[in-house]
Amino acid sequence: MRLIFEYSKAGKEGFFVEEEEGKEIIPENLLRPEIEVLPEVSEREVVSHYLRLSALNYSVDWGFYPLGSCTMKYNPKINEEVASFFTEAHPLLPEELVQGYLRVFKELEEALKEITGLDAFTLAPAAGAHGEFTGIITVRNYLEARGERREVVLIPDSAHGTNPATAALSGFRAVEIPSDEKGMIDLEKFKAALNEKVAALMITNPNTLGIFEENIKEISRLLHEVGAFLYMDGANMNALLGQVKVADLGVDVIHLNLHKTFSTPHGGGGPGSGPVGVVEKLAPYLPGPRLVESNGLLLWEEAEGRIRSFYGNFLVMVKALAYIKELGGEGLKEVSEIAVLNSRYLRKRLEKKFKVAYPTETLHEFVLSDETFRDKISTLDLAKRLLDYGFHPPTVYFPLIVHGALMIEPTETESRETLDRFAEAMEKILDEAEKDPEVVKTAPHSTPVGRLDEVGAARKPILTWTQYKEKQD
Amino acid sequence: MSRYIPITQRDREEMLKALGLSSGEELFSSIPQDLRGKSEIKIEPLRSEAALKEYFLSLSRQNSFQDKKVFLGAGAYYHYIPYAVDYLASRSEFLTPYTPYQPEVSQGTLAATFEFQTYMAALTGLEVANASMYEGASATAEAALMALRIRRGDIAVARSLHPQYRQVLRTYLEKQGVELVEIPFREDGRVDLNSLKELDNLSAFIVGYPNFFGVIEDLEAIQGVLKEKGALLVTSTWEALSLALLKPPGAFAASIAAGEAQSFGLPLAYGGPYVGFFATLKKYVWKMPGRLVGMTRDSQGRRGFVLTLSAREQHIRRGRATSNICSNEAWCAVRGAIYLSLLGKKGLRKLALLNHRRAVFASELLSEAGFKLAFSAPFFNEFVVDLGGDAEEFRRRLLERGFVAGYPLGRDYPELKNHLLLTFTEMNSRQDIEALVREMEALK
Amino acid sequence: MIPDELYYTESHEWIRVEGDKATVGITDFAQRELQDIVYVELPEVGKKVKKGDVLCSIDSVKSSAEVYAPISGKVLQVNEALNEQPELVNKDSYGEGWLVVLKLEDPGEISSLLSASKYRELVEE
Repeated sequence: MRLIFEYSKAGKEGFFVEEEEGKEIIPENLLRPEIEVLPEVSEREVVSHYLRLSALNYSVDWGFYPLGSCTMKYNPKINEEVASFFTEAHPLLPEELVQGYLRVFKELEEALKEITGLDAFTLAPAAGAHGEFTGIITVRNYLEARGERREVVLIPDSAHGTNPATAALSGFRAVEIPSDEKGMIDLEKFKAALNEKVAALMITNPNTLGIFEENIKEISRLLHEVGAFLYMDGANMNALLGQVKVADLGVDVIHLNLHKTFSTPHGGGGPGSGPVGVVEKLAPYLPGPRLVESNGLLLWEEAEGRIRSFYGNFLVMVKALAYIKELGGEGLKEVSEIAVLNSRYLRKRLEKKFKVAYPTETLHEFVLSDETFRDKISTLDLAKRLLDYGFHPPTVYFPLIVHGALMIEPTETESRETLDRFAEAMEKILDEAEKDPEVVKTAPHSTPVGRLDEVGAARKPILTWTQYKEKQD
Repeated sequence: MSRYIPITQRDREEMLKALGLSSGEELFSSIPQDLRGKSEIKIEPLRSEAALKEYFLSLSRQNSFQDKKVFLGAGAYYHYIPYAVDYLASRSEFLTPYTPYQPEVSQGTLAATFEFQTYMAALTGLEVANASMYEGASATAEAALMALRIRRGDIAVARSLHPQYRQVLRTYLEKQGVELVEIPFREDGRVDLNSLKELDNLSAFIVGYPNFFGVIEDLEAIQGVLKEKGALLVTSTWEALSLALLKPPGAFAASIAAGEAQSFGLPLAYGGPYVGFFATLKKYVWKMPGRLVGMTRDSQGRRGFVLTLSAREQHIRRGRATSNICSNEAWCAVRGAIYLSLLGKKGLRKLALLNHRRAVFASELLSEAGFKLAFSAPFFNEFVVDLGGDAEEFRRRLLERGFVAGYPLGRDYPELKNHLLLTFTEMNSRQDIEALVREMEALK
Repeated sequence: MIPDELYYTESHEWIRVEGDKATVGITDFAQRELQDIVYVELPEVGKKVKKGDVLCSIDSVKSSAEVYAPISGKVLQVNEALNEQPELVNKDSYGEGWLVVLKLEDPGEISSLLSASKYRELVEE
């Protein structure tokens, strides 16, 4: 595979820039010479280069992508079109000139309030983890305003790594709560860890095993008793749309992932958007700026605690709003119902040959352990072999509490036929593991590149073309 | 079912039956009944695509900036985006995958990200750059946190750093129990070195390059002060195009250069998504936040790319990670790579020069018209005018005449309430600049 | 592979005591569990640690482990060779893959460590 630098030849141009006479005032000692690594390539070559690169990617538009807790649902095309109506405005234009933009914020805030039952939202966070940080510092700001210094955030052992990392970034110590035999937060151990030093518990519900935390209301009550808060990681909200309002679960703070639940494309790793919703008493402590309406005019009001420049990943918001508007309340409820139906159907289908980590009923996703195949192939082998069958593998080796985990989330945008074909491929690989394990252990065989040397990549990192060239010379 | 759900009513019934269930409700029987109260979402659907489109068109018609001449920058810049950028980036293969956890089927995103890393390292004059951060302000805050991992101590920040970036720094650092010391600016718009000299126990100094007044800081002099203290130089750049022309932070032995690369192929889009960049030295690479793409070989010796040095990150180190960042702005970084490839070595420099010359042209016209430039130090494509009267009011009156004339600095700097930050890019023609100056002169 | 002359911890560090100095590393069992080691974050020379404190961290491609100080002391020396060749810990965990040399603070702490035979029992369980 070639990189753009390898097409470079002096004299080629990829874009016409006017040359205009004029004065310059930057002294010579502050100027740099030309940047050598920037290529000289024609537009024709740039287009074919990136088009060829694109062809090396698997994507949701291409096919099934059952990455657990990532909600890789289909991204509606009309949403891209409507987002293109909102690309031109500079973020510092006077508000009276951009009322259409601000109305998008307002509409989305209102929709998310309606969906969650919470009282206030900020749309600023750029991603889920950014939302976690925003939500947890909102709690911290509230406590500090009352002169309370609490040190601990409780986190279940099945949680995403972002949760403990967020606690640390927000100045808290993460204390892990083990799961019980049902795959839920161990209520007794939670009670034992709960005291007045605890600021919040970060819960994912349904959790990363796809299991609904049935004690959530009780957990919330116990937290509130000691003046602590219930934070919900909304990564798995696709299971609950229209079925439950999270406010009714006793949740005080939530972040949602517009790029998961609300269908915006993930772009190969971002941009996302991680709005944070809170109950009324936390609302004054959300980071600024805040949108306010006065005489029908929407305006920004500055507030303490900014977490990024400007107001958020706006284009992602437009797409999410389009999704919510198109489906409406009934359509969103249908989303969660079919997401759960697909997941439970696929689980049932796979249970014949695979071991589900916990016997508990699951919602939108489920986790297999490697128990039925670990003596022949590894979870990684199975994942890589799935690529040969034309499927993106599930999330692997997560959650950490399941040995050789395969975390499968089909979403509502897959047909029954696709689920059946996927199950067949999984079973076929088990067969292969029995009869011809080498073919599985050396998979994938049909992808643009085979298994890559990750150890070499990390021991002697080559992170830029410049570094690569230096090593060559 | 909605058009996005390829399940028929009959499928649904059969699948429920296979599960031994008789209704959709029963799928959710693991949720305690008393929690499933008033769950109905009261939002009317807009099932017709035409109606949905019309709804958003009607919202966009509530905007009224399209006929204005805009001279705004201050952290986000009007630059022309070659059509090929939109064309390529809109490919589903770039737009709709997740993070490249399976490198065998993600070489497109990984290779383009590797190119982006190469570009950002080169532009900043540093050895390595990551795959992207959310945007410039949080990237700068992460730079401060990384500096603290290299060297404990206080963090000093130039008062001339972008005000929003300073606020974000404060948010991130105060949660770590670290104080921010602000360093004032001198009359010429540059950092007051004497104030910097007074500090001891310094981890790092963070300075805008160029700063919020458009002024190009004297990094050599700043580094002179920092070297003696053993403190790190951290730069933040929100007009990344300036780095095509200016001697890069790396040339002044900066340890970290962070910032915003919106200028490289991203529309203004009212503030996002943009793309943060983050560059540093090889020796600090394990202390970096964010994803990194590395070059390697596959089992047959073919070139390939992977996410690497992942043990720094939250999914492995959890509470000990260098950052909590997971999703970044990968797609925006791909746009950046495409943009920079198109512009290339010559084009990018020409564009930077064009921006600079337009701004110099404007500054000279304004001077001739009797306006005073507030700061004497050199600038790239934006500068501050001292109007001698209230800048908010002046801007309001210019708006009535169809001009959005810059950013009034009094909002963030009470001592500069008569000052306007004006920005000029290739999108502001010489005729428009002349018209602006004429109107300003008329209002004087 | 558990050399008899060393002391061990339950968290899989080994320690070789020579006078008031002690060399610390991780055991062969630990390096095999971690698999391919790609980075060792060494402490600064002069750092003081208490028994049980985090001494350094060791990263493989998909995991990261902390190494705890088997005894209290001051870091006298670190194995700089690991900066370029972290794989030495995999190749020779009791030899060239050593991590740090500590100056003992309290020789009495040594009695709390595991003998080779005790550690063998622990690992074989």
